[in-house]
Amino acid sequence: MPASGSRDTRAPTRTGALSGLSVLELGEMVAAPYCAKLLGDLGADVLKVESPGAGDPARLRGPFPDAEPHPERSALFLYLNTSKRSITLDLESEEGRRIFARLAEGVDVLVEDRMPGALADLGLSYDALAARNPGIVVTSITPFGQTGPNRRHRSQHLNLYHSAGHTSPFGAPASEDGRAPSKAGGYLGEYDAGLTAALGTLAAVLGRELSGRGQHVDVSKQEAMMGLERVTIGRYANEPDPFAGRPPGGLVRAKDGYFIFTILQPHQWEGMVETMGRPAWADASWCQDPAERRARAEEIQRHIGEWAAGLTRDEIYHRAQAHGAPVAPVRSVSEVMEWNQARERELFRELVHPEVGRHTQPTAPYRFSETPWAGSAAPLLGEHNRAVYVDALGYSDQDLVRLSDSGAI
Amino acid sequence: MPAREGPLCGIRVADFTWAWAGPHGSLLLSMLGAEVIKIESQARLDHARVHSLTAGSLEGGIDESPIFNDLNLGKRSLTLNLRKPEARDLVRRLVARSDVALQNMRPGVLDRMGLGYEDLRETKPDLIMLSSSAVGATGPERTYAGYAPTFACLSGIADISGHPDEAPNPLSGAVDLRVGTMAAFAVLAALIHRRRTGEGQHIDLSSTEVMSAMMGEAFVGYGLTGREPQRIGNRDTAMAPHGCYRCRGEGEWVSIAVADDREWQSLRSVVADPDLAHEDFATAASRRIHQDRLDAIVERWTSERSPAEAVEALQRADVAAAVVHSGPSLSRDPHVLARGVFETVDHPILGETRVVRPPWKMDGAKVPGPAPLLGQHNEYVLKEILGLEAPEIEALVESEVVY
Repeated sequence: MPASGSRDTRAPTRTGALSGLSVLELGEMVAAPYCAKLLGDLGADVLKVESPGAGDPARLRGPFPDAEPHPERSALFLYLNTSKRSITLDLESEEGRRIFARLAEGVDVLVEDRMPGALADLGLSYDALAARNPGIVVTSITPFGQTGPNRRHRSQHLNLYHSAGHTSPFGAPASEDGRAPSKAGGYLGEYDAGLTAALGTLAAVLGRELSGRGQHVDVSKQEAMMGLERVTIGRYANEPDPFAGRPPGGLVRAKDGYFIFTILQPHQWEGMVETMGRPAWADASWCQDPAERRARAEEIQRHIGEWAAGLTRDEIYHRAQAHGAPVAPVRSVSEVMEWNQARERELFRELVHPEVGRHTQPTAPYRFSETPWAGSAAPLLGEHNRAVYVDALGYSDQDLVRLSDSGAI
Repeated sequence: MPAREGPLCGIRVADFTWAWAGPHGSLLLSMLGAEVIKIESQARLDHARVHSLTAGSLEGGIDESPIFNDLNLGKRSLTLNLRKPEARDLVRRLVARSDVALQNMRPGVLDRMGLGYEDLRETKPDLIMLSSSAVGATGPERTYAGYAPTFACLSGIADISGHPDEAPNPLSGAVDLRVGTMAAFAVLAALIHRRRTGEGQHIDLSSTEVMSAMMGEAFVGYGLTGREPQRIGNRDTAMAPHGCYRCRGEGEWVSIAVADDREWQSLRSVVADPDLAHEDFATAASRRIHQDRLDAIVERWTSERSPAEAVEALQRADVAAAVVHSGPSLSRDPHVLARGVFETVDHPILGETRVVRPPWKMDGAKVPGPAPLLGQHNEYVLKEILGLEAPEIEALVESEVVY
């Protein structure tokens, strides 16, 4: 818990809900950087430690403007590293490790994603760090957790997503044409791990007031994802075939693309029927019974498809919602950015970055009434070396040159 | 009531949420030691007690839903019929003794009952209240309704998920649980702010925006490039091989991702197929162009092995590979079992039932017992928290305020 009783004064933008919380990030790509971004966007002071040279590999992933790779222009990096400062530091060098230990002495939280045991091999285990800073919360994010037979297994998002039961929660995996199921787009499972880690981290920060101590939070990406399918996965742990018959609903093609309808409650079915102008098939007696509708879901789907073929997604969306039916268009990325509702809510904001200039960023899915979102653009690689090494840690300019020449930073 | 433990011990949550998203948020708080009081009623049952998009109608009574159990572990249940003014008074008294209020009714519904944030903060000035809705509490579409697949479609994630030649993929009910996780995170941030400043606040959470935030790089990328991201299935924009490969046995698959040339050489040495020496596969860029042929060669090797055998051989060579798991296979997986992902709770009606434990290994996070029966904790809440006497409680039951 930050001790300060007043708002942080380090920078005028740092007035968020987590002002005063200091976070050290040793993370790459998506999960750990997203965890630290969530904290930083809410006002925590996040210092990102990158390896000298290339830095976070997300800098090399893109997409890039004009498809030209550039370490300061990767969309992936620019999104996941807002509201942070960046220093370069080589943990393979002894001096680098000494500096890291000093940094860890003064922070509330360390978020790291090295493989299990890797930091301990460098003399930077939780126990070693906590011996000098008992209040520190160390959140370790790994593919399969700190323990267990698979703990050293390597994993990309593809492997993670398919390992957690999300592509085939209801049984043996295969898509309808016998191909493998597809993962979700982007890095969804990695985001799941980052969000779960951020929640565990804040819980440990709050718990410190009761226990007087920080702790080591072990986040397995696989388990973060499994927790989100607890309703299905948990069922199979009890019975072999727990799921039967599902209510009608799903994707339907409209004139200009797909929309989805989901019907759970009787009044929603009524709303859907009203939306379609009470077609004759929907007045048939079988169609008044939810169990019958479930049994003939495909037939219903076909009828709705015939009705929808001449209408646009938006016509269907607004008409159905006016009748209380949960219907939505499938929107593309650019359509979301142009969506009225998103615009009215200022979901997207422009930030200014030294390399890419003005660019659009999604803010956050929450609006805090008293502590509004105040994210700042992602840092350049090592942008804050001087501020941290000279101004904060007290190294001289000559030291800075020496550390840089020796490769420590 | 047994004393709570955990990092949120001492935090009380008045929980008006229902269905999946909201209850998963309060479930996570309950697993961390908060006391969650679920306010429900026979007049307005949480539909997870009776049916679901996943399973259709549930057999058995309102206290026998395993899905409700999974999402409401360790919570207390108080039944109040909010249509009655006396019930709304009791809610105000309960909120005055709580730290957090959670709700996921349509924007405006609680306000019209006199139980919106502006009303409730009069009884509890430093209240933290989170309202979760389909597309947010402001904007022209604020009254629109939705479930998990709706959020996936509106957010953009469905359109970029799935095989390129198939329909978009609206994902699963896990989308709702993501919304709940984000809600719990926002609440803890507000609690930390309150501890430092004494200030409570209202949080307006949009379920659709939760999913957009979890693909944020796609929006930044579109802004920088003007190019709409496409569905690419299991493939990657840089890596190859990168996909799921058929293994020995029906419905058995392994995922393999080769990130760089070192891993490519490792894969080659493990698979040991001379066809992989072809110059078309020499660089990542070339491997991506000739991916269909490459995948067929890799699949010749995987199809003679079980997923576990393929994973073992590849991981020994430091190549990222994992079993493609289904719900059933996860419940038998040695690593998952060694990590203790499933724990048993003793539910008064369901009996001993296995549930998924909290998603972190940390001190104080645990499975906090079974979900409550409807109204199970009426007496505890009304007597011990609100200080009512037995005859008063009887009268409230009689008049169907407690209902």
